[in-house]
Amino acid sequence: MDAQSSNMTLRNDHSGLHPCWSCKGPVAEADLFCETCHAVQPPGHIDHFTRLGLHQVYDVDVDGLERTYFELQRHLHPDRFAKKTPKEKSLSQQQAVSLNEAFETLKDPLLRADYLLQVLGEDGISHDHTVNDPALLMEAMETREALMEADSVDAVNGLTTKARRDVRDCVKSIAAAFAEQKLNEARKLALRLKYLTKLLEETRQHKARLVLK
Amino acid sequence: MIENVLLQIHEPGETPMPHAGDEALAVGIDLGTTNSVVAVSKEGTPEVLRDENGHGLVPSVVAYAPDGSAIVGNLAKQLLLMRPETVISSVKRLMGRGLADVKSISGTLPFEVVEGEGMVRVKIAGKELTPVEISADILRALKERAEDQLKYKVEQAVITVPAYFDDAARTATKDAARLAGLDVLRLVNEPTAAALAYGLDQQAEGVYAVYDLGGGTFDLSLLRMEKGVFQVKATGGDAALGGDDFDHAILEYFLEERREKFGEEKLTTDDVKIALVTARMAKECMTENDEGDFVLEFNEKMSKHTLKRENFDELAAPLVERTIEICRNVLEDADTFPDEVKGVVLVGGSTRVPLVRKRVGELFEQDPLADIDPDEVVAVGASLQAEALTVGSDNLLLDVTPLSLGIETMGGIVEKVIPRNTPIPVAKAQEFTTYQDGQSAMAIHALQGEREMVDQNRSLARFILKGIPPMTAGAARIRVTFSVDADGLLTVGAEEVTTGVSQEVAVKPSYGLSDEEMAEMLRDSMVHARDDMEIRLLTEARVEARRVMEAVYSALHIDGKLLNEDERAHINVILNKLDETIAGEDRHAITAMMEELDRETQVFAQRRMDKGIEEALTGINVEKLENAIES
Repeated sequence: MDAQSSNMTLRNDHSGLHPCWSCKGPVAEADLFCETCHAVQPPGHIDHFTRLGLHQVYDVDVDGLERTYFELQRHLHPDRFAKKTPKEKSLSQQQAVSLNEAFETLKDPLLRADYLLQVLGEDGISHDHTVNDPALLMEAMETREALMEADSVDAVNGLTTKARRDVRDCVKSIAAAFAEQKLNEARKLALRLKYLTKLLEETRQHKARLVLK
Repeated sequence: MIENVLLQIHEPGETPMPHAGDEALAVGIDLGTTNSVVAVSKEGTPEVLRDENGHGLVPSVVAYAPDGSAIVGNLAKQLLLMRPETVISSVKRLMGRGLADVKSISGTLPFEVVEGEGMVRVKIAGKELTPVEISADILRALKERAEDQLKYKVEQAVITVPAYFDDAARTATKDAARLAGLDVLRLVNEPTAAALAYGLDQQAEGVYAVYDLGGGTFDLSLLRMEKGVFQVKATGGDAALGGDDFDHAILEYFLEERREKFGEEKLTTDDVKIALVTARMAKECMTENDEGDFVLEFNEKMSKHTLKRENFDELAAPLVERTIEICRNVLEDADTFPDEVKGVVLVGGSTRVPLVRKRVGELFEQDPLADIDPDEVVAVGASLQAEALTVGSDNLLLDVTPLSLGIETMGGIVEKVIPRNTPIPVAKAQEFTTYQDGQSAMAIHALQGEREMVDQNRSLARFILKGIPPMTAGAARIRVTFSVDADGLLTVGAEEVTTGVSQEVAVKPSYGLSDEEMAEMLRDSMVHARDDMEIRLLTEARVEARRVMEAVYSALHIDGKLLNEDERAHINVILNKLDETIAGEDRHAITAMMEELDRETQVFAQRRMDKGIEEALTGINVEKLENAIES
């Protein structure tokens, strides 16, 4: 990391110091506990990535993300505050709520793409409801027809495998688009991911119907 | 990549200092439909509290003596045959239920219910009681059992509820505990408690299914267990399906035989209570035997009935298949196939029914596990969680909300705000708008369930947001926030966003008890409500005062040099005074002294902030600098 960006980190870390509600000492926006009196703090106004110790990038190691999430919950979950004052209980609940929201958003490739676009000042993918990519529409129609016709587990498995691979490739492409700052491209790919995710869900349901009956 | 600098976790003070008078133990309670169990865990070793005969199960049966006192457990169960009009069982099925719900439960019920609004009331021993009061009597008996055996005061408990219990039933359970003089540390879902007991005992790792068929409720939860984390992936169930339904099915079968013999008969509620005891015996007989003979007698007519394995399986099949269907739905919700489930844990006495074991085994393609007594495993898990909450633990229980929560919109359609299987605690907001010019109030109706239309879901609460400033239709922005806490309980709030008008809203529970009713019950109950309230407020003031003192001590320890000797001495004097008032009994004095301490430390606080900001600007915080560079 170069000198300039480490300065940035440092400044961000210390901007907006405010008094701790408990001991009145200085705490930073992202602090979970007061350094002085160790009282739990209200969740800071920070983005989901910051909350889970990540940079604002699309490529996320989900296993690592989950470990961080568990570790933070171990400290912040209301179960840790059962013997504390009502104020601390309420703050712990707020922290756990923010943490759940951040984790649920970032672990999901589609929600993460949508969220990152918004963090970067772009429209999210739910902004417009119509898909006007003819190639995507065509692909969607054909795949859905194939799924309707699949009447064996093997046939559905074939479609599922393809959909999974498509999802994986699409996620990779989204990561690349974000890395190259091609945000329009990322948005277009995210719309495709939305469709692929839905398709994968439908293949699962279709398979479940075939397997479980 | 994980950035170290952002993980500034400090010890949240997880080892609470024992205080004088803190000698109470927290217990775990399984408040079941048929039986209840109380357990305690000390140093990670759970123990079920048993009577002198070694029985851990307390039948959830209450008999009311002529003087109004309650008899709970085995004695009450015996009285059921002799004086059925004074005895009530399976009251859990009525928790948080309205009259219409109870009437819709199939079969002949052993309850005489009273017509009325809100939560149903039962006629028993010439009185009208709510299910909350009756449950409180059971909880009181469990509390006494625990106190007798432990020789400690028991005032705190973790109480388990079916995962599929809705908000009204959860609230009712918490209210019952309050009436019994128990502070509920946490409501834990029964399958989750079972998984905790099982996981810690057997060191299970991987995805497990907990199949919990109790007396009146069915739950299936899929959990991922690993390294001290118990994460519920999905849960589903039926809060009105349980072992009781097997009894009812057998009873109907016997009654049909009687009809063939004697024609149509009229049965009283008391007849039904006694006949259900026989039906229950028949069911239990079928666990070990393939055939049994039973006798029913009422209206001075005796009839003999034979129950064979094939009859019983036929009667049980529709109920068992319903549970299997729910299992499939939960697997689908969790995106898990049966062969990915590493083990199936059986919980609840009704899992002894052979057909249940057979069908569960077939679905999950493996023999289900019952290593820990299925009747006791839930209470054991609850006791472990009670210890974790009071003494501390490294384990983490992450649960989900079992049913979707939503709000009524135009045309009687439910708009989902929080979908089912969302990790809790959770808070979500949704914005709505007015549909008439100058509309100044908006009715808000919160619902629970998966269906699309309002009348197909369960009504939780209705309230009206008033004081919306006059605007054209569609201009107001009403933000409705749903919050579900770690107990799975919902709070709803509403505010108008454009003007910032936020309204304090009172939620009127559709099937709960109002605050007034609750207050009245507390007054009427044996608990001296007023004294209790005073004691609670005093305890809270002491806890708060200790926290404030600790905070000031920490600040003095780190930033004490910002004060001169006089200033420091002055603060010390106030700290000592506060310490003295904590030792006293006057909570107003404690509060006053806390306020004084706050006033007299304001200058100190200001200097500490100034110092913090100065350090931030000059960057002398070496530790942070190093961390920042490392990342």
